[in-house]
Amino acid sequence: MTAVDTDALVTGLRQVSESIFALRFRAPHIAAAAQPGQFVNVLTSPFYDPLLRRAYSISNVYGEECEILFAVVGKGTSLLARVREGDTLRVLGPLGRPFACEEPFQTAILVAGGIGIAPFPFLFSRLLDQGKTVIPLVGARCSSLIARGVISGARYATDDGSEGCHGTVVDLFEEYLSTNEPVVPRVFACGPNPMLAALRRSVLGRGIPCELSLESEMACGIGICQGCAVKRSRERDQYALVCTDGPCFDARDIVPLGEEGG
Amino acid sequence: MKTDFRIGSLSCKNRVLTASGTFGYGLEAAPYTTLAALGGIVTKSVTKFPRAGNPPPRIAETTGGMLNSIGLANVGVEAFARDKLPLLRGIGTAVIVNIAGSSIDEYIDVLERLEHEQGIDAWEINISCPNVREGGLHFGAKRETAAAVTRALRPRTRKPLIVKLTPNVTQVAEIAAACADEGADAVSLINTLVGMAVDVRTRRPRLSTVTGGLSGPAVKPVALAKVYETARAVSIPVIGIGGIVTAMDAIEFLLVGATAVQVGTSSFRDPDTAVSVARGMEEFCREQGVEDIKELVGALRVDDTGAVPGFIA
Repeated sequence: MTAVDTDALVTGLRQVSESIFALRFRAPHIAAAAQPGQFVNVLTSPFYDPLLRRAYSISNVYGEECEILFAVVGKGTSLLARVREGDTLRVLGPLGRPFACEEPFQTAILVAGGIGIAPFPFLFSRLLDQGKTVIPLVGARCSSLIARGVISGARYATDDGSEGCHGTVVDLFEEYLSTNEPVVPRVFACGPNPMLAALRRSVLGRGIPCELSLESEMACGIGICQGCAVKRSRERDQYALVCTDGPCFDARDIVPLGEEGG
Repeated sequence: MKTDFRIGSLSCKNRVLTASGTFGYGLEAAPYTTLAALGGIVTKSVTKFPRAGNPPPRIAETTGGMLNSIGLANVGVEAFARDKLPLLRGIGTAVIVNIAGSSIDEYIDVLERLEHEQGIDAWEINISCPNVREGGLHFGAKRETAAAVTRALRPRTRKPLIVKLTPNVTQVAEIAAACADEGADAVSLINTLVGMAVDVRTRRPRLSTVTGGLSGPAVKPVALAKVYETARAVSIPVIGIGGIVTAMDAIEFLLVGATAVQVGTSSFRDPDTAVSVARGMEEFCREQGVEDIKELVGALRVDDTGAVPGFIA
């Protein structure tokens, strides 16, 4: 166990889309130990509302600093969007099972839906360091919601067609596969559960290895509360925990919430 | 400064325990806190057979609290005895094992399986989980059945029996009294309050089981009133649970009559909460010139205005 609960100094906050922010904080131990796909659990209020911490993928690591990306969707993220440089945040991490990115594959396709882009800048640079070919595919509801300047060379899909492919990022993924026939790629995906369910069907049907980074309601982040259960695919009525068995899972092993049987 | 207390053979160095279901089997939080600085650990509920728990979503945060419907996910008594209990020996704090069952026989089976294992200081009997049949709420909701569970377990153990009660009843003190009459050494309360939350966009409940158990700071006033009511009605110790985050919260419970407290949901927010509550209580006593923390137990000052608390009316 290498995670720590630490007071992290906020070193920067910038807006990267209409709704997405990038928050940077200094946490040397977390930065040194973090692997792509892991997350931190952040206390967003010193008071009791929100009561629980919020889990965020570690989006990137710069020396002794970590960055997280978050979309403003509720109380916790509204508070985070108001922190200032010099503030202190209570941060627990790095937590969870990272992406399996050390394996011998040559081409990786990253599939991000909405704020599901969060874990990918870190994974992207790790894979490039390993000399791999990386194809980032990024989906959003519309052009103004696409996070800018966090990942390079991405292809886009928007639900309203305002940028890139008109459709979902899973449509874009399938279009990419049909027009490019690389050696079997390794797919890494993060996004809302319906998107992950659709992508899972797509990759499993084609026999493409894929890792999914899941999001879940979560109370503790360290395996105590048993709140972040996700159904295992291989055994009937058995569950994995997103916080300690995940958040990154082999797509074959779990059934995202909302998918038939999930 | 004296902070310790005893309930029969259970001896705790301070008045703060971790609540069942909020501290795992005891070791999970070890990297983030000092286990030996706790008064004791109450384990996650142990049942006769392993339980996978309820389908997701199992939790939903609400204002100042959270709803859960975990469904007593646990490894079952055999795996608990084999894999979990040995790790709890020698951690330097009291270990209280929480037991749940769907029948009186299941409670008996779990207790008898563990009775002679080393390293268990007391039992907490869960007759109050609102989320599953096996949580025993059907035992905890009526005085006759609560008494029956206590009566069945009492002759089978020499360790202290603490019965954990539900607030989802009309008069919890009556149920506490029934347990005391059958030989319970203490009662602990409150377990969670039945509650619910709705996602208005999907028009679905936010928990898979529709309703769940509410906990966290939002329930503290309810918990205090239930503990006050119970402590006035029984002569056995009452352990107060419900929304404790700070030492002052815990002191409130002592003042209304709790011998000790359990810290629950706030351990999810910060696994070191229970230890900081214990330290804060000690500081408070020093400030107040209190030499033995037991001076605070039931030390509530109530003016006799002729008015009676609502629960008596």
